[in-house]
Amino acid sequence: MSKRPEHLAPPEVFYNADEARKYTQNSRIIDIQAQMTERCLELLLLPEDSSCLLLDIGCGSGLSGSVVEENGHMWIGLDISPDMLDVAKERETEGDLVLGDMGEGVPFRAGCFDGAISVSALQWLFNADKKSHKPVKRLYNFFSSLYASLSRSARAVFQFYPENESQLELLTSQAMKAGFYGGVVIDYPNSAKAKKFFLVLMTGGAGPLPKALGTDETDNSLQVKYAKREATKGARGKPLKNTRAWLLEKKERRRKQGKETKPDTKYTGRKRSGRF
Amino acid sequence: MKLITHNMLTSKCIKGVLTGYPLAINATDVKVTEVDYNPDFLSRVIPKLDWEVLWTAANSIGHGEGLPKAVEPKFEENEEFLKKAHKVLLEVEVEEGYLTCPESGRQFPISKGIPNMLLTEAEVQ
Ligand SMILES: C[S@@+](CC[C@H](N)C(=O)[O-])C[C@H]1O[C@@H](n2cnc3c(N)ncnc32)[C@H](O)[C@@H]1O
Repeated sequence: MSKRPEHLAPPEVFYNADEARKYTQNSRIIDIQAQMTERCLELLLLPEDSSCLLLDIGCGSGLSGSVVEENGHMWIGLDISPDMLDVAKERETEGDLVLGDMGEGVPFRAGCFDGAISVSALQWLFNADKKSHKPVKRLYNFFSSLYASLSRSARAVFQFYPENESQLELLTSQAMKAGFYGGVVIDYPNSAKAKKFFLVLMTGGAGPLPKALGTDETDNSLQVKYAKREATKGARGKPLKNTRAWLLEKKERRRKQGKETKPDTKYTGRKRSGRF
Repeated sequence: MKLITHNMLTSKCIKGVLTGYPLAINATDVKVTEVDYNPDFLSRVIPKLDWEVLWTAANSIGHGEGLPKAVEPKFEENEEFLKKAHKVLLEVEVEEGYLTCPESGRQFPISKGIPNMLLTEAEVQ
């Protein structure tokens, strides 16, 4: 039998009260989710020393959200499982919660988030749990509404568990169609256990993908898949190429320069205070 | 549901709805919880808000008292203003009630502090 929960039942059924409690109390899960959330935040490249408003997609019981809080940011979480959200409430996380299905679109106003993260949730979108579910359409609905909800030059970073290459292609193609630039970064590609997939999506101009962890400088290019570095045509009526574009690219470039120093400063100067 | 979330939330995912904003609030239970004050965050988020919508929302649930009708100039340096914004944005929470889409009249229940934005199959785009 498949070990993938998304093959067993729809998410709102799989993550029932029992599973939600088990999930949230398992210290191994807590650790792993925390580590992956830290990496997502790192890949978001938020402006240094500022408190941002982030969207946590598939926030569940708020394990990822707790890490967002520790880093001094405020979050709004979207999840399809009422039981997971109930546990998040019980844990008194500081983020705010919304019950919703990302495949129906992200129900937020244009430009409101400084960034979005998603930890271990995106793979659920490959499922068709109802007759009316068409994964390609749900992915596009999701990415296009997410794109709109992000402020200019904000990023979205997803840690997820793809099943095969074609899923990676499907994801990136729908994200590009929705106006994003980016691709998949694979950390520790040669380790069965530590290998992790991150979809890094950028708005407001193309930039190089971040470097993957656990790779040699020389074979790094192999670990970054489907990087779309050229401007994709057909941004679908989104105000991508307005007169501010050059400014945004300039900003992106500056950010890139700042990034060079990142490895040394990974945990230095990180904001731990200023909780909400 | 905090009012910062309400300020961002729309019903535009419903087929045929254009902006779905702002959602009207009907609250039967509102609570106030203390949240750490973070002027940094407030200064960053206030320019992104629809302040008029915040003002109307706060008043519609009985927490608009003393809240300025517009964002004050140099609000970043105005602690009194920031504290008021802090309270309505982050401390006031709608526990029970419902939201109403301004275009379709569709109601979204809020229960245990969580708005339910799930759509029916027929409503999905
Ligand atoms: C493995 S949990 C991760 C939760 C949290 N991010 C963490 O790191 O602990 C995956 C979550 O994705 C949610 N999910 C799955 N499909 C979803 C959908 N279509 N819309 C919103 N959330 C979804 C599930 O309900 C579940 O809470």
